[in-house]
Amino acid sequence: MVEQVLQSLAKFLPETTLAATICVAILAGIIVRSRPRLPLLIAFLGVGLSMVFSVQEMGTSQSLFSGMLAVDPFAIFFKIIVGACALIIILFSLYSAEVRIAISRMTEYSSLLVAMTLGMYLMAGATNLLMIVLSIELTGLSSYVLAGYTKEAPDSSEAALKYIIYGALSTGLMLYGISILFGLTGGATDLYSINRALSSTAVNPIALLVATLLIIAGLGYKISAVPFHFWTPDVYEGAPVTITAFLSVASKAAGFAILIRFFKVSFIDANAMGLPAGFWAIVQGFEWNKIIAILSVLTMTLGNLVAVWQNNMKRLLAYSSIAHAGYMLMGVVVLSDKGLAAVMVYFVVYLLMNLGAFYVVMLVANKTGSEDIDSYRGLGYRTPLVSVAMVVFLISLAGIPPTAGFIGKLFLFASLLDAQWIWLAIVGAINSVISLYYYVRIVRNMFLRDPEGDASPIQFSVPQVAILLLLAIPTLVFGLYYSPIVELANASVMMFGVR
Amino acid sequence: MAFLGIGVLSWITFLPIIGMVLILLIPKEKLDAMKWTAAAATFFQLVLAVMIYFNFNKGFTGINSVDGMQLVEKMSWIDIRGVPWFGRISIEYFVGVDGLSVPMVILTALISFIAVFASWNIPKALKGYMAMLLLLDTGMMGVFVSLDFFLFYVFWEVMLLPMYFLIGIWGGPRREYAAIKFFLYTLLGSVLMLLAMIALYFSVTIADPATGERIYTFNMLAMMDAANFQPGSLLAGTGTYWRHLAYIALFIGFAIKVPIFPFHTWLPDAHVEAPTAISVILAGVLLKMGTYGLLRISYPMFPELANYYAWALALVALINIIYGALCAMAQQDFKKLIAYSSISHMGIVLLGMAALNTQGMMGAVFQMFNHGTITAMLFLIVGVIYDRAHTRDLDAFGGLAITMPKYTGIMTVAFFAALGLPGLSGFISEAFSFLGAFQTFRTMTIIATLGIVLTAAYMLWTLQRVFLGQPNEKWASMPDINGREMFTLVPLAVVVLVLGIYPSLLLDLMTSSLNHLVEVVKLGGAAATSMH
Repeated sequence: MVEQVLQSLAKFLPETTLAATICVAILAGIIVRSRPRLPLLIAFLGVGLSMVFSVQEMGTSQSLFSGMLAVDPFAIFFKIIVGACALIIILFSLYSAEVRIAISRMTEYSSLLVAMTLGMYLMAGATNLLMIVLSIELTGLSSYVLAGYTKEAPDSSEAALKYIIYGALSTGLMLYGISILFGLTGGATDLYSINRALSSTAVNPIALLVATLLIIAGLGYKISAVPFHFWTPDVYEGAPVTITAFLSVASKAAGFAILIRFFKVSFIDANAMGLPAGFWAIVQGFEWNKIIAILSVLTMTLGNLVAVWQNNMKRLLAYSSIAHAGYMLMGVVVLSDKGLAAVMVYFVVYLLMNLGAFYVVMLVANKTGSEDIDSYRGLGYRTPLVSVAMVVFLISLAGIPPTAGFIGKLFLFASLLDAQWIWLAIVGAINSVISLYYYVRIVRNMFLRDPEGDASPIQFSVPQVAILLLLAIPTLVFGLYYSPIVELANASVMMFGVR
Repeated sequence: MAFLGIGVLSWITFLPIIGMVLILLIPKEKLDAMKWTAAAATFFQLVLAVMIYFNFNKGFTGINSVDGMQLVEKMSWIDIRGVPWFGRISIEYFVGVDGLSVPMVILTALISFIAVFASWNIPKALKGYMAMLLLLDTGMMGVFVSLDFFLFYVFWEVMLLPMYFLIGIWGGPRREYAAIKFFLYTLLGSVLMLLAMIALYFSVTIADPATGERIYTFNMLAMMDAANFQPGSLLAGTGTYWRHLAYIALFIGFAIKVPIFPFHTWLPDAHVEAPTAISVILAGVLLKMGTYGLLRISYPMFPELANYYAWALALVALINIIYGALCAMAQQDFKKLIAYSSISHMGIVLLGMAALNTQGMMGAVFQMFNHGTITAMLFLIVGVIYDRAHTRDLDAFGGLAITMPKYTGIMTVAFFAALGLPGLSGFISEAFSFLGAFQTFRTMTIIATLGIVLTAAYMLWTLQRVFLGQPNEKWASMPDINGREMFTLVPLAVVVLVLGIYPSLLLDLMTSSLNHLVEVVKLGGAAATSMH
């Protein structure tokens, strides 16, 4: 037993590093009061180190702490996404005017950011229902506080409160679902036992459906899928841009990691015969992927249609991120490794383009103090480079070549057509046409309209521009040469204990 | 042909991009430097096009035969070996030309060169304008030389954003509306095309030359061979439900570009609002992409459906011809009139294509080229008076022949070419198209020829209203056409005249390829019928 724990600890190094980072950041904040940004730096180094340890674990596939967690390519992939996102967010935070207002609370900010990252790392690897709930809660609690970090701004507090209420409700629903599943499967909490139980004995289909719907409610809240998305626009609008960006990418990635692992491990028939390579079979004829298909259609359609009417950039990007969750859900519907790889490709791309768009929103808000779409008028003539980069991000979000966003869409549609989910592919395609309309509204304001009032050029510092290019250039390059992303995704679909 | 180890087709495609990068590096004040850089890039492109013309081997077939393609460049672009269940992803940078694409390549180079000079007096943000124009140029050229569907699609989409900006920033009063309408319409078409493309990808495999393993491919030539379709795949077989669906998706994608009624409503808006040079490109080259796509992709990849839907294509062609002409007749706005005349003239291309015989096909491709040069002239002519009078109202003018004799002279060439006067290029291609169509669709062709009468009516009526009659006092002092404007119009007029007298200069280029295309479509259709 002790030996097993020790063995597990060796593979638990990324998480341990993060936990240590939290402590060091807090201590540093208390001891060295003269340098308020020190905790942020420590957070950066800590997350960076944890990523290095994660990358070193590439190729391993084993279970830790008696089936609580798994270290497998799938988990490592999502840890890399979350870690990269955290690093970029820390860089953003250095230049965010909003965060600077509350510079005295930088210690809390940094340590909570790392705590959130830790929660998401655990989400990426959780293979036990208890662990799933715990990691979601760890992520959730840290993010509730961070959403209300700039408490000087009234809507920030509102955002935090809304977030916590919705969070509590959906966790409650999920726990209820888990308890039903627990009963149905004869007291199983880890996903493999659930799978074994479902594969061997028939259970009441209605109860299974109810349990699944309740669990989907909890996970759907995390990835902001319709109809569990109501918190998203308000929280995204009220929270500081850095946290909004973090929630929109990392939190969604971790949510998807759990969603996919939960379904792929528990609800897939491991002994099915006669399927083409890479396709999954469902257990007990329970077609949960149809529920996901409906969810996907609702999510992308509603996200896109409502985004058309938004005038606040953060709200617009919030609805856009809802729509993107809908696109990615399409990859889960197809029940194939191809679909899973497509979701992973999409996450790499989404990380770049979505963070890029939020970064521009932050830069512009720093200078103009406004997140209104009207304040983007004539921006193309005031700060050409930033505006051109924004065009790249938006075009990529709309999925038009030669940007990385197109590659993401291409692989999603490819996996759908390969599995003959043609109607869903058509719905997705039409949705991306709708989405173009609101992305282009921003482009229109930047380039087709003249500045209102202040038309003076806006200058940004060299590091600020460097961060921008760090996101914009890959967005373009991966649009033309995407072998690395696809190879990474291909190598990462493997989960521990699943064929 | 290659320079510096890079093939001529890569040069002709990417020269504008080099020009674009140079222009972006030029300081903001040096407007002349930017204009001349753009002019130089497109000039060299034109020189390359002329070289391709003279080096083109007229006996080669192309279409679905790899050996029949000329100036081929082929290299691996994306090659992911991946894991067994994903299969191997192999995408090639594969370009080449045959008799179908060469006329379009020459047309694109010519029109782009002229468009640069037509943009000489752009009032604002010249740098961005020229950069976008050149990016657009690369997109257009790329579409015509690509033989890999993925590459084709990327180039197809690369054009969208520059076009949006060119209409949206430098256009007329309703530019925002026109630009977004163009963008959304075209994207709707292209996402449908994307789905059809992916479906084709998952249906077609070729043997890897090195290992012999079957791999999925975007190679267009492979997609034209029924033997390459994997049994049991989505688009295998002939005339299946999914093949119909894919054909229709592709058709809508191309139809929006042509534009075919009822997908045409973006065109009048885009044309009216776009600056002159962009209207020239739009009408001169962009519309041809739709018909080119049908001939390059839809016809040879779905031959049985090309036969099956030929009558439907003829029907929409007929609607395009008559409806476009009637709308043109009702216009007050000079530019809108030309825009609707484009719809009518593209109908003739479609009618020729629908005939599925050599005459019709030759007429169609030749008409694509001729419409490109003639409409470009017409838009330039509208641009000349709009620059001077700032109005395009047909009734605001009168008697311009007295004040602007040189202008009227060149205008006459364009107008008569547009209405199909023998001796000018438009006549030959229209005659071929109708000749071909008459053999297949007798009644429809007879009705369609009414379009010629209508065209003559609105063209002559316009000529009368604008150039003849009493001169309008207001424009008495309007200066005649200047040297630069002459420079943009004369080359096109020469092409129109020369091809009108000696059409073989261009027709010979396409004979073998189009003969072959007709054969491919006929054979595919016959094979499908014999199976049922």
